[in-house]
Amino acid sequence: MTTSSSRSADLLRPVGATAGAALLLLAVAAAAVAAVTAGGGVGWAETARSVGSHLGLPVEPLPPLLDSVVWDLRVPRVLLAAVAGAGLATCGVVLQAVTRNALAEPYLLGISSGASTGAVLVLVTGLGAGSVSLAGGALVGGLLAFGLVLLLLGRRAASTGRLVLTGVVVGQLFAALTSLVLLGWGDADAARGLTSWLTGSLAAARWPAVALCAAVTAVALVALRLIAADLDAFAFGARTAHSLGVPVTAVRTTALVATAAVTAVVVSSVGAIGFVGLIVPHAVRALAGPLHRRLLPLSALGGAVFLVLADTVARTALAPRQIPAGVVTALLGVPAFLVVLHRRERA
Amino acid sequence: MTVHLACHDVTVRVRGRAAPVLDGVSLTATPGQVTGLLGPNGSGKSTLLHVLAGTLAPQHGRVLLGDHPLADVPRRERARTLAVMEQSSDADTDLAVADVVALGRLPHRGRLTPPGPDDDAACDRALAAVGMSGTQHRRWRTLSGGERQRVHAARALAQEPAVLLLDEPTNHLDVQHQHELLALLRGTGLTVVVVLHDLALAARYCDRLTVLHEGRVHAAGTTRDVLTPGTLRTVFGVEAAVTGGEDGEGVRVEVLGAAHRPTPPTVTP
Repeated sequence: MTTSSSRSADLLRPVGATAGAALLLLAVAAAAVAAVTAGGGVGWAETARSVGSHLGLPVEPLPPLLDSVVWDLRVPRVLLAAVAGAGLATCGVVLQAVTRNALAEPYLLGISSGASTGAVLVLVTGLGAGSVSLAGGALVGGLLAFGLVLLLLGRRAASTGRLVLTGVVVGQLFAALTSLVLLGWGDADAARGLTSWLTGSLAAARWPAVALCAAVTAVALVALRLIAADLDAFAFGARTAHSLGVPVTAVRTTALVATAAVTAVVVSSVGAIGFVGLIVPHAVRALAGPLHRRLLPLSALGGAVFLVLADTVARTALAPRQIPAGVVTALLGVPAFLVVLHRRERA
Repeated sequence: MTVHLACHDVTVRVRGRAAPVLDGVSLTATPGQVTGLLGPNGSGKSTLLHVLAGTLAPQHGRVLLGDHPLADVPRRERARTLAVMEQSSDADTDLAVADVVALGRLPHRGRLTPPGPDDDAACDRALAAVGMSGTQHRRWRTLSGGERQRVHAARALAQEPAVLLLDEPTNHLDVQHQHELLALLRGTGLTVVVVLHDLALAARYCDRLTVLHEGRVHAAGTTRDVLTPGTLRTVFGVEAAVTGGEDGEGVRVEVLGAAHRPTPPTVTP
């Protein structure tokens, strides 16, 4: 009896650890490749020298102009892609757990659009254009959009069609508001930035945004790790979770605040990049199972790898033109959405 | 550990309904006995179970778990003492059977502690009790309705509670498993409250019954005293023969047909 009784957790734990290690290596490799595939006479050696000198290693620094290209533009871009991808994938995992809906994701639920509107309002009204004030505006906008979706849904969040339609409608509303604010009150520069707010692009990545996103995502991951087991209990609904001793309201609040905060800082830094929170968690679930204590960290790593690679494709596929990373994730995300929808309808 | 579960004078109203869903309902469930909740659809059985589970706070009346008001018992302690098996607790999930049963160990574990040998043993015992040993690795999606029901029962047993509440646990089960599950409940020695639809099963396996009718207790007491042809006719609208019940023998109910209802007056235009 004892031999046949090993929990699936035991069976999958090595898979989880191996997958984690593999994903971490993949993330580092993807980041390195991404940093050097930008062309412009900057290869492996130059990138290594620049990064090395900034980390205080005994290497000969690059000439200032070239060093600035690597250290001020390329490195933050790759790191921001990694951190934003990790954050968005984490948000997908959490939203799917608390709404009990496999298609929940910050972009599809309209949260990203709301965050864009908030950030753009801060930008245009001149309340400040620092990373923190932009993120504050995005947080308010994201919470408003999320609140609106939940209000319209009532108790029917688990109904696939309703959730997706409500999210799309709210997303469209906030996308229209973003366009209205930018085209109606913004200057020419702001108007040119419209695409990057609506589809999401990493072209403007800088160090302060990397620091902000990394800090918020890290805090969110720690908080979410504490409620990982509670999120498992939500699979059968809030009532069952309650009967298992789960503090339902506290867990929901933690999950929603963490999601809104991460979405806000990511969107205020890179705009509304969609589908990362859909593709990555589903892929990781297929690999390592649905238990959140593994799903959360592995999805964060997977999201980092995914967005770094997506941005590399976005930069290089039509070089020297750059397409926004959000276009690449959407092109991959729509088929993924259809696969998940199909599986769900068949179940 | 033996714990009573009781409610006194419980009233529940919902917005938009003039009549209360529960109106002054009292009930005491005793350790080692299976207390059945019977009543037609809409009589308030499931609502009463939610009140007893602590998921619904009544507007009036109190619920006692042992000597303490249920609402004052800390969450985790409540979940270690009282387990609930919901009626329609389905999920679109890839969780394995072992993961679902292990949810029952949440109130026994620290927030960051992975399941230990005690937890594994409790899960294995619970799965064996419902006849689902060896299914640990099967995914939820691949289970039949009846198998899901039994895994939920195992999850509730894995909580190692003193009080077990079940809402129509035999719903999707085939006949053999209906009898196995209810016989299992009788054998646990726990304080069991079970909502049942099937009069014959209630008669066979419940020690005591509470019959709800339009939100009020119509009859309560030992199965033998409650299941009378009169009650069955008034509350359920059936003619039935009731036999047995002496010397520890189970009560048998045989439904003969719908009771004759007075024909509605014909309206002439």
